[in-house]
Amino acid sequence: MIALLMRDLKLAFRAGGGFGLGLAFFLIVVVLVPFGVGPQTALLSRIAAGILWVGALLACLLSLDRLFALDWEDGSLDLLATSPLPLEAVAVSKALAHWLTTGLPLVVASPVFGLLLGLPEAGYIFVVLSLLIGTPALSFIGAFGAALTVGIKRGGLLLSLLVLPLYVPTLIFGAEVARRGSEGLAVQTPLLLLAGITFGSMALLPFASALVLRVNLR
Amino acid sequence: MRLNALWEYANPVKFMRLTDRVLPVVSMLALAAMVVGLVWGFFFTPDDFRQGSTVKIIYLHVPSAMMAISAWFMMLVTSLIWLIRRHHVSALAAKAAAPVGAVMTIIGLVTGAIWGQPMWGTWWAWDPRLTSFLILFLFYLGYIALWEAVEDGDTAADLTSALCLVGSVFAFLSRYAVNFWNQGLHQGASVLRAGALAGDTEERVSNVFAVPLFISMAGFVLFFIALVLLRTRTEIRLRRAKALIARERLS
Amino acid sequence: MLKVTDLAVARGGIAVLEGVTFEVAKGQAVILRGDNGSGKTTLLRTIAGLQEPLAGQVDCAPDSIAYAAHLDGIKANLTVEENLKFWADVFQSDQMSKAVEAFDLGGLLQRPANTLSAGQKRRLGLSRLLVTGRDIWVLDEPTVSLDAFTVKAFAEIVKAHLAGGGCALIATHVDLGLVGDTLDVMQFHAKGDSTLSSFDEGFL
Repeated sequence: MIALLMRDLKLAFRAGGGFGLGLAFFLIVVVLVPFGVGPQTALLSRIAAGILWVGALLACLLSLDRLFALDWEDGSLDLLATSPLPLEAVAVSKALAHWLTTGLPLVVASPVFGLLLGLPEAGYIFVVLSLLIGTPALSFIGAFGAALTVGIKRGGLLLSLLVLPLYVPTLIFGAEVARRGSEGLAVQTPLLLLAGITFGSMALLPFASALVLRVNLR
Repeated sequence: MRLNALWEYANPVKFMRLTDRVLPVVSMLALAAMVVGLVWGFFFTPDDFRQGSTVKIIYLHVPSAMMAISAWFMMLVTSLIWLIRRHHVSALAAKAAAPVGAVMTIIGLVTGAIWGQPMWGTWWAWDPRLTSFLILFLFYLGYIALWEAVEDGDTAADLTSALCLVGSVFAFLSRYAVNFWNQGLHQGASVLRAGALAGDTEERVSNVFAVPLFISMAGFVLFFIALVLLRTRTEIRLRRAKALIARERLS
Repeated sequence: MLKVTDLAVARGGIAVLEGVTFEVAKGQAVILRGDNGSGKTTLLRTIAGLQEPLAGQVDCAPDSIAYAAHLDGIKANLTVEENLKFWADVFQSDQMSKAVEAFDLGGLLQRPANTLSAGQKRRLGLSRLLVTGRDIWVLDEPTVSLDAFTVKAFAEIVKAHLAGGGCALIATHVDLGLVGDTLDVMQFHAKGDSTLSSFDEGFL
């Protein structure tokens, strides 16, 4: 499992694409929003937390369709399925690799982007915290969507359609933590719920992903 | 056991034979209940003292909203049956129910908007229940799109069942997340509460409105069953045609 | 070592082969023959456990099958060594140096896989078989894009594997000069009413 994780990380770094792309996309979303809503700092700082969350979510979505598709195309997935590694473990390490190459950089970069949007000072810690807790859920949910659509040619658009509704609760609780934190309100309840979703997704979704991978390999 | 006898109808041939007889009956009952419920509701109930005649849209709004949720629930059950017992009729019934459920969701949303405009002064608000329905509609779209995208019937059935299962969990979570996110404008679910009939709550739907409403709801349920049976029969025939073509090509 | 009994396999919901029965003994190779589309690949995938059979069963020791198909699962951005090391880690095996030697990959180890020729890639892909350390080789057209010299070398490797107590099931059009049975899958061709899987039959 660690071997697979390391290989995927290595591939992400070498190919360049997977790694920087999500961040660049995040930056573009953050830059485009002020063009759309106007440059008033008061307005921007009020919606900054939400923009950061939506941007992170879309950036996560961007690299999902290659999560299993590359291994599917070159036959690695067939070979992994006949290896001692259970497909559940394959699903876990794929999701982890996705989080390490997409989610984690977004978490690290979010304070800088918060600066661009005039995020209130109290908000930084909560934006980082909520993204840190919430983005793993995005990767694990996304891995399930990617496993569902792996056998479909040009399944990228379908993948977004399937995954985005599944992202709703994570987005709501995550953005709620960030928003409440920025406004100095209590964040405990949404934070716990967000953590619940993340741990639940991590514990259960790999089984669903492995199930649909097996179906798709048949 | 009686329950085991039920499984026999998962055989396509038996299902076709049974629905041959059942479908006309259900369709007629659905038509009768809907006509009675809607005509009674629209023309023979008094106007509400606060809401005026706009209240009458309740006879479309509530039953369709109820069916939008029930249809998803039915898909969940049939998906589980497919995954566990691998009855093909069950998978096809889930496929057949999805577009019906999606249309019910649209009807619920549109009638809600038409009702909401004079009541709340807006066509759309991010009220928790409205939002949940919009999300439910997205789930329906994804489910239908996945069925369309996968060519092999069995594979599609497996994948959509998995999506339905996982989707149900997240739809449920969304419902609570949305409630948490915004306390809304909607009145509480007053129709099926005991108080609605006894008439002791503030928000009750009074008896004058309740009886035609229940008839209308029964009509929608029957209408849904009729549509799903009809569409399942179509799916079975499609599948049979595909099987025949495949055999033709092989020989 | 590998026993297949009354196996029926399906592709896209339609049965292609049925009643497939054969046995591969220790030290033996069985060569599968049959026209394109006759179901060789489907049969091999079913035996490798990637697909559920319609009927019948496959008996062998658990985790003893190494499967290789048209696609090698080689990552173009990794070097030859990294590619092999990955599979060695996944299979928790120490056979890597043996594989490198047998397939003469020593000089290529540091080359990124995307600079390899088709034949070299194929060699790398097949060397994975040795890395797995598994006894039963299930191979689907292993000699595609190999030159005559390498085919001969590959045949030697298979022979060494057989002599070492393994066995192999190979679908190929090339004569590898192996000792073993030839099995024509055409004799198991599913026909008549039973060309349809049990699933579709229910709809007729």
